[in-house]
Amino acid sequence: MKEEIIIAGFGGQGVLSMGKILAYSGLMEGKEVSWMPSYGPEQRGGTANVTVILNDGPISSPILNQYDTAIILNQPSLDKFESAVKPGGTLIFDGYGINHPPKRKDINVYQINAMDAATEMKNDKTFNMIILGGLLKVRPIVTLENVVKGLKKSLPERHHHLIPMNEQAIRKGMDIIKKL
Amino acid sequence: MNVTDIIKPENIVYQKPRLMNDNHMHYCPGCSHGVVHKLIAEVIDELGIEEKTIGVAPVGCAVFAYNYLDIDWQEAAHGRAPAVATGIKRLNPDKVVFTYQGDGDLAAIGTAETIHACNRGENIVIIFINNAIYGMTGGQMAPTTLINMKTSTCPFGRNEQLNGYPLKISDLLAQLEGTCLVTRQSVHTAPAIKKAKKKLRLAFENSMAGKGTSIVEFVSTCASGWKMTPEASNKWMEQNMFPMYPIGDLKNV
Amino acid sequence: MNKNEGNTIMTEEVELMKGNEAIAHAAVRYGADGYFGYPITPQSEIMETLMELHPWTTTGMVVLQAESEVAAINMVYGGAGCGKRVMTSSSSPGISLKQEGISYIAAGQLPCLLVNVMRGGPGLGTIQPSQADYFQTVKGGGHGDYRLITLAPASVQEMADFVGLGFDLAFKHRTPAMILTDGVIGQMMEKVVLPPHRPRLTEEQIRKESPWASSGKPAGRKRNVITTLELDSAVMEQINIELQNKYKHIEDTEVRYEEIGCEDVDYLIVAFGSCARICQKTVELAHEQGLKIGLFRPITLWPFPSKILNRYADKVKGMISVELNAGQMVEDVKLAVNGKIPVEHFGRLGGIVPDPNEVLEALKTKLRI
Repeated sequence: MKEEIIIAGFGGQGVLSMGKILAYSGLMEGKEVSWMPSYGPEQRGGTANVTVILNDGPISSPILNQYDTAIILNQPSLDKFESAVKPGGTLIFDGYGINHPPKRKDINVYQINAMDAATEMKNDKTFNMIILGGLLKVRPIVTLENVVKGLKKSLPERHHHLIPMNEQAIRKGMDIIKKL
Repeated sequence: MNVTDIIKPENIVYQKPRLMNDNHMHYCPGCSHGVVHKLIAEVIDELGIEEKTIGVAPVGCAVFAYNYLDIDWQEAAHGRAPAVATGIKRLNPDKVVFTYQGDGDLAAIGTAETIHACNRGENIVIIFINNAIYGMTGGQMAPTTLINMKTSTCPFGRNEQLNGYPLKISDLLAQLEGTCLVTRQSVHTAPAIKKAKKKLRLAFENSMAGKGTSIVEFVSTCASGWKMTPEASNKWMEQNMFPMYPIGDLKNV
Repeated sequence: MNKNEGNTIMTEEVELMKGNEAIAHAAVRYGADGYFGYPITPQSEIMETLMELHPWTTTGMVVLQAESEVAAINMVYGGAGCGKRVMTSSSSPGISLKQEGISYIAAGQLPCLLVNVMRGGPGLGTIQPSQADYFQTVKGGGHGDYRLITLAPASVQEMADFVGLGFDLAFKHRTPAMILTDGVIGQMMEKVVLPPHRPRLTEEQIRKESPWASSGKPAGRKRNVITTLELDSAVMEQINIELQNKYKHIEDTEVRYEEIGCEDVDYLIVAFGSCARICQKTVELAHEQGLKIGLFRPITLWPFPSKILNRYADKVKGMISVELNAGQMVEDVKLAVNGKIPVEHFGRLGGIVPDPNEVLEALKTKLRI
């Protein structure tokens, strides 16, 4: 199975690190993976995005213009990438700051109010883990077990005590994501 | 008594240093380079370090320095000798590495490399020939050319408005934490040569002791570039160069 | 990232890392003696990773941040002149600064490894990826008649592998080798199996392997002088002829390339490095549309795989060179094909990277399919 994912939002939302954890989880799952941070003019204006590809076989281009799944964390990213989701694909967005929700009918659109949930959990840093949880609920491309392994592999040992909290955030995301 | 009776080891009072080979020197009569080469050969021989010494030759009149001393050499691009020496020394910490550079090489095009090698305190010896002129290319202005001194690129004399001031690079280098010896010497008289050799030896000893960078500046003549006889050059140097570049230690720690 | 130090061989140790990081890890594991560099985006992770690995405490490898690219390349010259395995890395503007030193290193017949993680130019340009230094790398760069062995990795794995390959080729032929890549491969994370640890060569081994090295003259051997100066033109011409003979030998023996789906095709895409990765997907898309298109990827940009491309010209109807520049490698493709078939170029400039669909559309338009 191949999954081509774009994660896009503002710099500082943990876009790149979420992509990294996803890539590491894929690695633990024994898949081929690529993690390609945004290159090109879209990087300007404070937005950040990363393309993550997980595949059972070799990966050709790490740079794409169509995706199976788009994870959208702000309005400019939605404007840019809504049309880039393959028909029948998946679009997940955080409701916070989205004034014009997605309009496409030929894709599966999910909303996850991760920003609100993170605030509730009194930990802004879990934001991207909540999003990741939502993704795994609707696109179970890697198991939670391998995500935890991926976290262990990607985080320096001094941060390993944060893993249970991250796991909790992932479960939270799985609970709160809803289809529109 | 004939010639063969005289030429015997026990009669030798002076001879060419062992490490100098028989290649004909390309230097002009009266030039200081030959004397400084001889001192380096003697010091390396006396310290017994010929097998572990690497010289780095510059671009300038001394570009062929590697032709005369029987040790391993590397020829650097113009001004880059301190960087080349850094590469050699860092990868061979037990070896002895020196650069041999003129004023254009060390104090114009290679200023950054000189200052930063000294600032890192590379354990190398920098031998600096300051004759206030570009000899190899035919007598152009050097960073150390004196005010009003004529060269082919300042034919009416160096003008500070146009050309800036003579650069006392050794004074700058003495300010850096990485240098342990910065000294200015000359080789125009027998006593001067004797004194200079002591400092040169100290520079090599510093390097072997890992004390930091040692710079030995030789205030020198360029009879051809200055368009004077060797004898007149020596006098001119004493009268004009020494006041601007006084002989003595700038730093010795 | 990797805590397994020492000389243990661990062949199946899969890591996830950036291409730039892979170069640093591979250099330490290969047994490199020294790295000299100056920071510039998008390749600073190479020196940063080396500093994190602090190999001077394990293998004894020296890592030094120089005051400039100019100084760094001359430190490489000095180290290489001693027969040591030394390397430097930079990105386009910094590589321009190194060109004087590279010319001297080539002329001095010194082996070393250079890495250019290209960015868009000219001038200060952009930090985004580009392949606009193709000409600079394979057609000269510095002054004089010299060549650079040029390896173009298309994956993080190849970034790691080409460190060893580059050093090996450089020492085999006593000439500098360059890894020519860009921010796509440098900044991308992929799976990589790092090469096994090898000890650095001993002084004795270096003396045996590189008897020309200038690192102190033992009694009984003639002095070694690394120099590139020869004022007698007759002798200098002979030196040049010997260099050219060496380059001819490299052209005859060291060509490397990859053919991806090139059997029974009508058209050929020629692309290297990051572009080859993108075009691999283009080929997949083309096949879905029933188009018979293959991908030819030169791995050595010099020596260029001219002979094999010339043979392809008898089999296909046209070729298109896809590059992140205004048309550079296409000239070598045209020279190789020598007018037998049409050769087109498609490129994006200034840091823009085309996507696979865009390449497919361009290909169809330009080759009229």
